[in-house]
Amino acid sequence: MEKQDIIKSFKDSLFTGLIALALFGPIVGLRTVSKGEGLFITPQWGIVFLLVGLCILGRFLININSAKRTEFKFLSSFSSKFAHITEDKAKHFAITGILFAVVFPFLPFTDRYFMDVAIMILTYIMLGWGLNIVVGLAGLLDLGYVAFYAVGAYSYALIATTFGWSFWICLPLAGVFAAFFGILLGFPVLRLRGDYLAIVTLGFGEIIRIILINWYEVTNGPDGITGIPRPSFFGLPFKRSPDEGEASFHTFFGLEYSTMHRIIFLYYLILVLALITNYFTLKIRKLPVGRAWEALREDEIACKSLGVNPTNTKLTAFAIGAMFGGFAGSFFATRQAFISPESFTFIESAIIVAIVVLGGMGSQTGVVLASIFLIGITEIFRDLEQFRMIAFGGAMVLIMVFKPKGILANRKPTILMHGDKK
Amino acid sequence: MEYFIQQLVNGITLGSIYGLIAIGYTMVYGIIGMINFAHGDIFMIGAFVALISFIIFGLIGVALPIILLLVLLIAMLFTACYGWTVEKLAYKPLRGSFRLAPLISALGMSIVLQNYVQVAQGARVKPMQPLFSGGLEFFKNSEFIVTVSYLQIFIVILTIILMGIFTYLITKTDLGRAQRACEQDRTMTALLGINVDRTISITFIIGSSLASVAGMMFVLYYGVIDFYIGFLAGIKAFTAAVLGGIGSLPGAMLGGLLIGLIETMWSGYVSIEYKDVAAFSVLIVVLIFFPTGFLGKPDIEKV
Repeated sequence: MEKQDIIKSFKDSLFTGLIALALFGPIVGLRTVSKGEGLFITPQWGIVFLLVGLCILGRFLININSAKRTEFKFLSSFSSKFAHITEDKAKHFAITGILFAVVFPFLPFTDRYFMDVAIMILTYIMLGWGLNIVVGLAGLLDLGYVAFYAVGAYSYALIATTFGWSFWICLPLAGVFAAFFGILLGFPVLRLRGDYLAIVTLGFGEIIRIILINWYEVTNGPDGITGIPRPSFFGLPFKRSPDEGEASFHTFFGLEYSTMHRIIFLYYLILVLALITNYFTLKIRKLPVGRAWEALREDEIACKSLGVNPTNTKLTAFAIGAMFGGFAGSFFATRQAFISPESFTFIESAIIVAIVVLGGMGSQTGVVLASIFLIGITEIFRDLEQFRMIAFGGAMVLIMVFKPKGILANRKPTILMHGDKK
Repeated sequence: MEYFIQQLVNGITLGSIYGLIAIGYTMVYGIIGMINFAHGDIFMIGAFVALISFIIFGLIGVALPIILLLVLLIAMLFTACYGWTVEKLAYKPLRGSFRLAPLISALGMSIVLQNYVQVAQGARVKPMQPLFSGGLEFFKNSEFIVTVSYLQIFIVILTIILMGIFTYLITKTDLGRAQRACEQDRTMTALLGINVDRTISITFIIGSSLASVAGMMFVLYYGVIDFYIGFLAGIKAFTAAVLGGIGSLPGAMLGGLLIGLIETMWSGYVSIEYKDVAAFSVLIVVLIFFPTGFLGKPDIEKV
C-alpha cells in the first residue's frame, strides 16, 4: 500500500474520531444524575475517549482493509455458500432439525434453563411463521402483529378463568377471536399502500395495548390477569398432590414427580403448534389462494387485471396470520399463567417482523435460523442486562447491511410459467 | 367556551412540536421512500442534549435569551451529527435494496439508540426546573381564566420562524431545488450533476436539527424526559406526516397541528386515558376516506 493511501486513511480516521467525539461527548460524557432537588452532571470523559479511540482505530483498520477487500468478501461468499447448501438440501435440513427438536428435552446437557430458552425460541418461530404468511407470502407489512398475540392471550385467559374451560377448547376459540380481530382491522385498511398499512397496523397494536391497560373491568388493567389455568395432559393435571379420586400425570404413569414434566409437555405443545403452522403454510402456498398471495406480493396491478380480488385475498392472509398469532398467544398465556399488557409492547412486533425479514422473507427455514440467532444473542448478553438490546438492535442493522435479503433469501415463486429457468 | 380556547392553545403548542418532528419523517420519506423509524429517537437525543446544555448554562448563569439561543444551536449541531451518522451507517449501504430492508435497519437503529441512551444516561426520568414562568391571562371576568404562558408563545413563534427559514430553504435555494429534484427522480438528478448522496445527507441533517428543536421544546414544556419519549412522540409525528399526506411539507405541519389538537381536545372532553387511541383512530378513519392524506399527491401506479 502506498504512503499516500495511509495518510489519507489516517486523516479519514481522525475525522471519524471527531464525529465520534460529537456523538459520545454530550450523551456519554455528561451523565445527568438526580441529586436531591435537581439534576447534576457527572462527567465520564474516560469512557468517551475510549470509545472515540476505538472508533478511530476501527475506521483505520477498515480503511486499510478496504484497499484489499478481503474480509467481507470472505464473509459474503461463506454465507452465500451456506444459503446454497440449505436450499439444496432443505428437506434433509428440515428433517434433521425436527428430529433434533424432538429429542432435545432428553439430551444430557438439557436443563431447565435450556428448556425455557427453547420454548421461547419456539414461540418466536411460531409467531414468525404466522407472520410470514402476511409479510413473506402476501407482502403486507404488519407492524402490529403483537395485537393478535395479545388478543389470543387475553381471550384465552378470560375464557379459561371465567368459564373454567380446558385449554383444548379455549385454544381454537382464542384463534377465532384473533382472526376476527384481523378481519375487523383488515377490512378498512387493507386497500392502503404498503407503508400506510405499516403505520396503521402499528397504531392498531398500540390501540389494543392501551385498551388492555385502561379497561379495568375486563382486563384488570396494568395488573394483568393471574391464575390462568395450566394445560393438562389430556385431562391429567401436572400437580404434585392431585385432588382426592383424581389422577395426576406422574401418578397415572407411575413416575417420580418432577416440575420438568410440565416444562417438557409445554415444549412439545409449542413444537407441535409451530409445526402445524409450518405445515399449513407449506400446503396453503400450493392452493389457489396461496398462489394469489404470492402473485399479489409481486404485482398487484397484474393481479387485479386477472380478476383476483386483492382485498379479499389480503384479508384471508391477514385473518390466517392473526389466527396463528392468537394460538401462540394462548400458549403464552397458559405457559406464564400470568399476562399483563407489558408483554405486548411494540418491541415484540418489531422482533417478530425482524425475524421474518432477517430470515429472508417467505423462507420458512430462515425464520427458524433468525429466531435462534436473535433470541440467542439476547440470551448470550443476558449477564450484561443493559447491553443486550443494543446487541439485538445492532445485529438487526448489521444483518441488513451485509445481507439485505435476509439470511436465506427465498422469493422464488412456488410455480413458474415456463418451469425453472436455471 | 373559555375551556375550549384553552385547549386550542395547548393543542397548537403540542401540534408545533409534533409538526417539527413530522417534517423529518416526511422529508426522508419523500427523498428515499423509507420510514425512518429512528427519527423519534433522534428527537429524544435532541431533548437530552438540550437538557444537558440547559444544566450546564444554568450552572454558569447566563441570561435567559442567550441560554435559549445557545442551547438551540448546540442541540441542533449535536443532534444533526446523530442524524448524519445514522444515515451513513444504517441506510446508505441499503440504498437500492428492497423496500423493507431500510425499514428493518431503522427499527434496529431505533432500538440501539434507545438503549444506548438508557445505558449512558440511566433509565430514570430526568426532571428539569422550569425556566419560564408566567403568561398572559384572558377572560379574567369569567369563571375559567384562559392562560397563554410565555413558554407557549415562545414555542409557537419559534416554530413559525423555523418554518419560514425552512420553506425559504426548500423553495428558493439551490439546495432545496436539488432536494426536490431528488424526490422526483434520483437517477436523472444524478445525471444532471447533482451529488445525490450529499443531498440525502443534508436532508437527514435538516430533519434531525428540526427534531432536536422539538426535543428542546419538549424539555421546556413538559419538564421531564426519559429515554423512551422518542417512541410515542415518533409514531404520533409519523401519524401526523401520514395524515397531512406523506412527502408534503405543509402537510406535515398541518398534520402535526391536527394531531396536537385532536389529542388535547380528546383529553379535555372525552377521556385522558384514551388520548393516544384518539390519534390512531383518527388516522385510520382519515386514511379510509383520504387514502393519501389531506395534502398528499394522488399516487398513480404505472405498469
